[in-house]
Amino acid sequence: MLLDVGRFVRNDIRGKLCVALFVLALSFAARNGAAFSLSGQAGAPSAPQQTPPVPTPPQPTNTPPATGLNIVVLDPAHGGTDLGARGTGGIHESDIVLEFAAQVRTALEAQGFQVVQTRQGNANPSFDDRSAMANAQRGAIFVTLHIASTGVPGTARVYVMHDIAPGTDATGLIPWDRAQAPFVSLSRKLGDQVSALLAQRFKGSPAVAQTASVRQLRTTAAPAIAVEISSVTVEDRAQLDHMAPGVADAIARGAAAFRPTYVVPANPGERP
Amino acid sequence: MTPRWRYWFLGALFLAVAIAAIYLPILRRNIRQAAKLQQRSEEQARRELTQPTVINPSDPKVKAKLFWASGADDGTVSPVTVELPLSNEPVLRAKQVLNTLLAGPVDTELRTVPSDAALLAFYLLPDGTAIADFSEALGTSTPSGIQSEQMAVDSIARTLEANVPKVQRLKILIRGQEVETLAGHLDLSQAFLVNANAVAGPRAAATPMPAALTRALTPATTTVKLTESPNKSATKP
Repeated sequence: MLLDVGRFVRNDIRGKLCVALFVLALSFAARNGAAFSLSGQAGAPSAPQQTPPVPTPPQPTNTPPATGLNIVVLDPAHGGTDLGARGTGGIHESDIVLEFAAQVRTALEAQGFQVVQTRQGNANPSFDDRSAMANAQRGAIFVTLHIASTGVPGTARVYVMHDIAPGTDATGLIPWDRAQAPFVSLSRKLGDQVSALLAQRFKGSPAVAQTASVRQLRTTAAPAIAVEISSVTVEDRAQLDHMAPGVADAIARGAAAFRPTYVVPANPGERP
Repeated sequence: MTPRWRYWFLGALFLAVAIAAIYLPILRRNIRQAAKLQQRSEEQARRELTQPTVINPSDPKVKAKLFWASGADDGTVSPVTVELPLSNEPVLRAKQVLNTLLAGPVDTELRTVPSDAALLAFYLLPDGTAIADFSEALGTSTPSGIQSEQMAVDSIARTLEANVPKVQRLKILIRGQEVETLAGHLDLSQAFLVNANAVAGPRAAATPMPAALTRALTPATTTVKLTESPNKSATKP
């Protein structure tokens, strides 16, 4: 019988047509396999296929507990076409901060924090996009990493935002351009913790946080600091690389020391 | 062609080659110069039109305080007293001190603003808000970094604070435009509070004013009268 079928397929046009239809049906079934229930109800279509999800900031894998600081949003500054500070030896701020971020991340995770990074590769999210990643979290702090083009090489400084006049609109929400306002004192606490640890490790670094109008910090509704390391002007890049473990440890330990003092707001973006 | 004509022809040809050998390098140099001229930016042309504010020797000489880097390498600025003939008119006075600041200190290591930056315009609003419009070089030549950018703004704000008491707030524009940051870090979208009593130390840095006040200065939302000189006023759209 199989021989007859083979002859039918080879010699008869209707046979060829049947094979073509069979192949088509198979491919259609394979493509829409997911649309059929796997629970034994063959032929029952599943729910309609959903539209692709809107890209959202990377979320931590575990849901944080109801209280307490759990998440650190880590921001390697610049990226993409924005190289940041550039040294004569071809050192780019955008590259170095990404490598620093990897070490800071490991140190933070060792302290039990979940880490959300604003960029993984050579992307350049906007200031607002980076802030949005922090503002969407509950119980997070924000750390932005920078390499300066000035300053004594081998030192590091922490910056926090100036006092900003707080304000609310009719809805009671914090205005985006003043998102940092309710968090400035908390940011200073966190900044001082990290600064003290950096000063211990890197001689010549200030022991308290400095204030500066850092654009990235202004729109961040969380305790937020900028850590700036000096500098891209070093002749040997290894000088900067040697600083990474110390910087990572200071940030992680500073964040851990800050944790008990931070009462996390009930909802993301709420006042502390 | 007879041999005689051949000699004339070869002679003429040789002469043409010799002339070309002399003329072509000159032509090449001229073309290069012309290309350079074409590359000159709109800003350079504007800078040529904007005459630097000349210090008038007949103005009374006063001890002006100009803030340059302290030299401590910690991002702080410190005052240097310079005797200058300064106008009593606030806008002219502000232009004079800012141009002196841009000219730089004797010790170039203490410079806080790039040498190629220029003050294109300066306006003072009736509420004490100063609008200082700088050339693009302020953004492109200031070393990128929080410390260096804050130091540049501090030196401008504190120099105005010390010498032009009418200036209460400072809004910095680059080539007439509002920009997000100075060189990638420092927020220029807000105006800086200038007349706050200076506190020693790094925390005395120029403080941005509330956004509500800044918005009132945004040309897109309001029409403001800009005083450019005592006898002249302009309206900015």
